[in-house]
Amino acid sequence: MDESTGSAAQVYARIVASRIRGQLSYPGSFALDVVAQLVGQGIELLAILVIFTQVTSLGGFSAAEVVLIYGLAATAFGLADLAVGQVEALPDYIRTGEFDVMLLRPLGTLAQLLCADVQLRRVGRVAAGAAVLAWALRDVEWTPVRMAVAVVAPVAGAVILSAIWIAANCVSFWLVDGREVANSVTYGSDFATSYPITIYGPWLRRVMCFAVPGAFVAYFPALALLGRPDPLGLPAALRYCSPLVALIAVGVAAFVWRIGVRHYQGTGS
Amino acid sequence: MLSPYPQLVRAGFRRYAAYRQAALAGLATNAVFGLLRASVLVAALAERGPIAGYDIATAVTYVWLGQGLLNVVNLWADRALAGRVRTGDIVIDLGRPWDLHSALLADDLGRAGYAVLMRLLPPMVIGMVFFPFRWPEHVATWALFAVSTLLGTVVSFGIRFLLNLSAFWLLDARGVLAVWGTFGGLLCGLIMPLQWFPAWAQAVLAWTPFPALFQTPIDVFTERGDPCVLLLHQLGWAVVLFGLGRVALAAGARRLVVQGG
Repeated sequence: MDESTGSAAQVYARIVASRIRGQLSYPGSFALDVVAQLVGQGIELLAILVIFTQVTSLGGFSAAEVVLIYGLAATAFGLADLAVGQVEALPDYIRTGEFDVMLLRPLGTLAQLLCADVQLRRVGRVAAGAAVLAWALRDVEWTPVRMAVAVVAPVAGAVILSAIWIAANCVSFWLVDGREVANSVTYGSDFATSYPITIYGPWLRRVMCFAVPGAFVAYFPALALLGRPDPLGLPAALRYCSPLVALIAVGVAAFVWRIGVRHYQGTGS
Repeated sequence: MLSPYPQLVRAGFRRYAAYRQAALAGLATNAVFGLLRASVLVAALAERGPIAGYDIATAVTYVWLGQGLLNVVNLWADRALAGRVRTGDIVIDLGRPWDLHSALLADDLGRAGYAVLMRLLPPMVIGMVFFPFRWPEHVATWALFAVSTLLGTVVSFGIRFLLNLSAFWLLDARGVLAVWGTFGGLLCGLIMPLQWFPAWAQAVLAWTPFPALFQTPIDVFTERGDPCVLLLHQLGWAVVLFGLGRVALAAGARRLVVQGG
């Protein structure tokens, strides 16, 4: 048993390594791709800065505070994109029948899909997010708890966003053209988590911040790092709940994926 | 003989009409992003009242028009033409008894016509029904908005055509198109109203075709500035980009070498 799990891990390591080697074999093109990802991630930051040329606070948060929320969200999104972004290709695998091939192999379907086309250029997004985050963290008054939050939050946020990404893309098991529906949840979460949740109306906040647990990606950890009260008056304990929410989100995503695969009937051709 | 172009417009319309489920799914994305973007702008306005002439109704109208126009002017280019240049299939297209440039424009206008029905009108209705909406004060504004949207689509086509043709020289237009995909939304006024930008940025952008895609049709609808000036800016760039497209296609075709045969 140990031997077989060991070999499965080796298989995945080999697949991922081969994909990465393939992309690095065109270094010029790869470097451009990384820069494009880096700049692409920065566009929303520019939008935030444009707003702050007009106002001094947004939803009760200063420019530096919003940039911290953005930095946490961008780093988490970059990591999630790198880890599970390939799940977006699920409709193509279903349409071409390649998903049937995956079902036949003695490996997990989700793991196969995620390893099939790892895009190393997405480190550009992570780098952009981390750079903004590092800048935004320079004024934090450090305590051991805050240090722990600063380290754990981007990872927990990435896990939450990854779970959202996988669960949302499962819609492709039911809808032929479900990619855009999934996009509204995945890229919508990327956008929603980049701003303080105080700016959203009550219904939008319930859906995009709590039902889809976007608020735990950046908003609550940012409150912990800034040591400031929540304008919404929500319990202080919530700011330390991101890892717990991440665990629950993974459980839900795994459950949805399993139902999706069970429902899957192939394209029939 | 009948001109092929009106039929190409119709074909473009029907090609996209075949994917009704995709259009509905796309609407979901537009609706979510409309809600989120409107929240950001409204939150900014809540801090200090109207910004650069945008009150809440104008800002909300700006957001829903932008989400609707996104798929009409089609900001994010597909790479089909660049792919045909790279593989050499463009030779077949050039050999057909049509003007390739005009044929592709006709097809794109057909696509845009379908997008007006399925992608522009629904977000506008969402804005009208559920939000404070800035209705045009003059009836003529509706007609001017239609013309402005058409011109915006032609300008957008001109940009996408040129970017795709860069494959004649670069072989792979992916990088160029990725750069456009990254910056396009910001430069055209999709992400933030251009009037909120610093004065120097506004001055620079006024000399580019970019506002013609989103900001100008939205300005026409919300009756900001002289509509004649706005439409002339769009018309000017539509003509210039169409001309550049012809020159680029001719230059690219001259580089083309058909092997064998």
